[in-house]
Amino acid sequence: MGLTIPDNARILRNLLMGAQFQQDHLVHFYHLHALDWVDVVSALKADPKATATLADNVSDAPFGGVTYFKGVQNRLKTFVDSGQLGLLSNAYWGHPAYKMPPEANLMAAAHYLEALRMQAKSMRMHAIFGGKNPHLQTVIAGGITCVKDMLSPDRLAEFLYTWKEMQDFITKVYLPDVLAVASFYKDWAAIGGTANFHAWGEFPETANEPESLYMPRGVIFKRNLAGVKMAEESKVTEHIHHAWYKGSRFKHPYDGETNPVNPKRAGKRPYSWFKAPRYEGEPCEVGPLARCLVAYAKGHKDIKANTDYVLGKLGVDTSALFSTLGRTAARCIETVAIGARMESWFLELIGNIKKGNTATFTPYEMPDKARGVGLNDVPRGSLGHWINIEDKKIENYQLVVPSTWNLGPRDEKGKLGPVEEALIGTPIADPKRPLEVLRTVHSFDPCVACGVHVIDPDSNEVYKFKVR
Amino acid sequence: MENGLFDRLEQKGISRRDFMKFCGYITATLGLSAAYVPRVAEVFAAGKQRPAVIWLHMAECTGCSEALLRSMYPWIDELVLEILAIEYHETIMAAAGRQAEEQLEYALNKYKGKFICVVEGAIPTKDRGIYGRVGKHTMLELGKKVTKEALATITIGNCSSFGGVQAAKPNPTNAKSIDDALGIKSVKIAGCPPNPVNFVGTVVNYLLLGKLPATDSYGRPLFAYSKTVHDQCPRRSHYEAGEFVTQFGSEEAAKGWCLYEMGCKGPETYNNCPIVKFNDGTSWPVEAGHPCIGCSEPNFWDQMAPFYEQK
Ligand code: SF4
Repeated sequence: MGLTIPDNARILRNLLMGAQFQQDHLVHFYHLHALDWVDVVSALKADPKATATLADNVSDAPFGGVTYFKGVQNRLKTFVDSGQLGLLSNAYWGHPAYKMPPEANLMAAAHYLEALRMQAKSMRMHAIFGGKNPHLQTVIAGGITCVKDMLSPDRLAEFLYTWKEMQDFITKVYLPDVLAVASFYKDWAAIGGTANFHAWGEFPETANEPESLYMPRGVIFKRNLAGVKMAEESKVTEHIHHAWYKGSRFKHPYDGETNPVNPKRAGKRPYSWFKAPRYEGEPCEVGPLARCLVAYAKGHKDIKANTDYVLGKLGVDTSALFSTLGRTAARCIETVAIGARMESWFLELIGNIKKGNTATFTPYEMPDKARGVGLNDVPRGSLGHWINIEDKKIENYQLVVPSTWNLGPRDEKGKLGPVEEALIGTPIADPKRPLEVLRTVHSFDPCVACGVHVIDPDSNEVYKFKVR
Repeated sequence: MENGLFDRLEQKGISRRDFMKFCGYITATLGLSAAYVPRVAEVFAAGKQRPAVIWLHMAECTGCSEALLRSMYPWIDELVLEILAIEYHETIMAAAGRQAEEQLEYALNKYKGKFICVVEGAIPTKDRGIYGRVGKHTMLELGKKVTKEALATITIGNCSSFGGVQAAKPNPTNAKSIDDALGIKSVKIAGCPPNPVNFVGTVVNYLLLGKLPATDSYGRPLFAYSKTVHDQCPRRSHYEAGEFVTQFGSEEAAKGWCLYEMGCKGPETYNNCPIVKFNDGTSWPVEAGHPCIGCSEPNFWDQMAPFYEQK
């Protein structure tokens, strides 16, 4: 439609998306991934004093001390003694792949609980300019609807102070925790890597895209950072050879179709509801690691500084990034950078309002016939929308979303999807309790219940796992 | 109220003031008089056995679970550690795979006839439910098996309550609401996603009065869904005065005039958004300048569209 949204709308969208990255990544690390590394049951055996000392050494958390950790431990004990283990029931507690001492486990369990509250609080940022979270509503074609809130000083202040509290948590608790946990699992810096990386990029800082994107757009093949190149929407295809759909083998999303077939009548070949997205015919990992690698390869100041800091702290080099641990670290690295950047966007917004620039919406006419593409990077990775409009109505709409890129199946050439590739060679101590598989799958932050098939080459036992 | 309660709460790091504030909030949401505040407080003072919950995920986006994670009165960690025993919840439980399935069987046995089943998401029914599976079961089988043993079923969100986006045209998997797919009657916490306050309110009602709250003919609790958004909207006086926003970003929008002309479905939508608001009472869509899309009403995707025009 040839529409340029006002600067303020762009900034407010960036602020909402920035808050989304902060919250999503925090929840991922503490609530969807940490228990793959942290044995909560072992935390019951920890000495609160030793825990307090450890916590003081590794982090600047605004909470801590012997009484605090004693309190958390008591709370966990009461919970376990109640005999109703609820969400902690029947997990892999005591598994030999857990390597952290009880003190570190207690510290992490305490921060798990703190992070639960912090993430909930932080989403007041979304309510302020989005109306509510989840499913904020104010982002519309042409701009954003929250002009009244943007012009309310108390709303702006509320946003700023909530942001500050969240960013504090990220730098003083989340980052130190990632480093602390990683220090016990350095062997995971050589497990779970993939080869190709794709990012559409996110956070336009002017009306020019992709040039002004704070997290840049790009593609990297075969781990060759020096060869990073621009990503173009025309080079994306989706393949259905091994998926439960009918139609031609692959299509560009503009022409995409989604016609499911009954899995019972589809034969043995298809094994997934995901299509297999490809860039120039190649599978690509998307998400925090892909974004950080693209940014790093392009010499991005903040991402480079943060990445080098983390690598230095762990005493590893850039090759360690191509791994399960690298993926989990990259998520934190970009959270720190994006979170910090939000302050400058906020100040730019205030500057505009001061100058009397209060525009938030550009009016438009719905065209009779049009095509359009929207390319973004959301917390889980590259997100593309392709739309055809006929008679002022949507004629076709296709999305290629992050979890499809990462979890998609093989294509007609037999090339594996990124998660499939990452799982090859994963050491598994006990095939009946495949904790190690969870680590790698969860490190991608999958957004669906997914089916994983694992074959143990030694015993030739085939196990089927549901990873959630 | 006994003092021991506050000692126990303090051990959990909850101050007396915070706690009473929260109880007042929930009591007000439920529409009970202030005299109930101490009784609500007792409910949350964690008796010996916490009520067991089995939470099922059908065809959905997990937005309702995410909404629950934003619960601040009580805090989500209190809900999962001290108030409820959430025995099965695919997103946040620590167990995975076979261990998760075992846990479901275990909980079904242990709490047979005594647990609350919460369902998020619609059920695909085409080709005997083959388009939605969890582990070995279709969602259809799973839903039947679990709700049959439940004391009561609460459907959270528009998908489980009314079919939601899954059941919107063209509905390729013939997805249906839980009631329609399974032939049961559930209490419906409608919304996309709903305010977690209304879920908590329903649970409190159950713990406090020993029964689920009174509902409207669709099964939505009256304490939350008995009035239209329009009737509770702070912009109502602008509606009466004929002061309407006709373009986003306009002077009228900055003044907070009525969004009826922008397509607001507040007049047809039953919910308490304007009163309780979302995320610690921070805001709700109309306050942030966006017309209500009617997300707590049956079939709202088809019924309420187009969202930005009055029909
Ligand atoms: S904004 Fe919507 S709900 Fe509020 S008064 Fe206007 S029409 Fe009614």
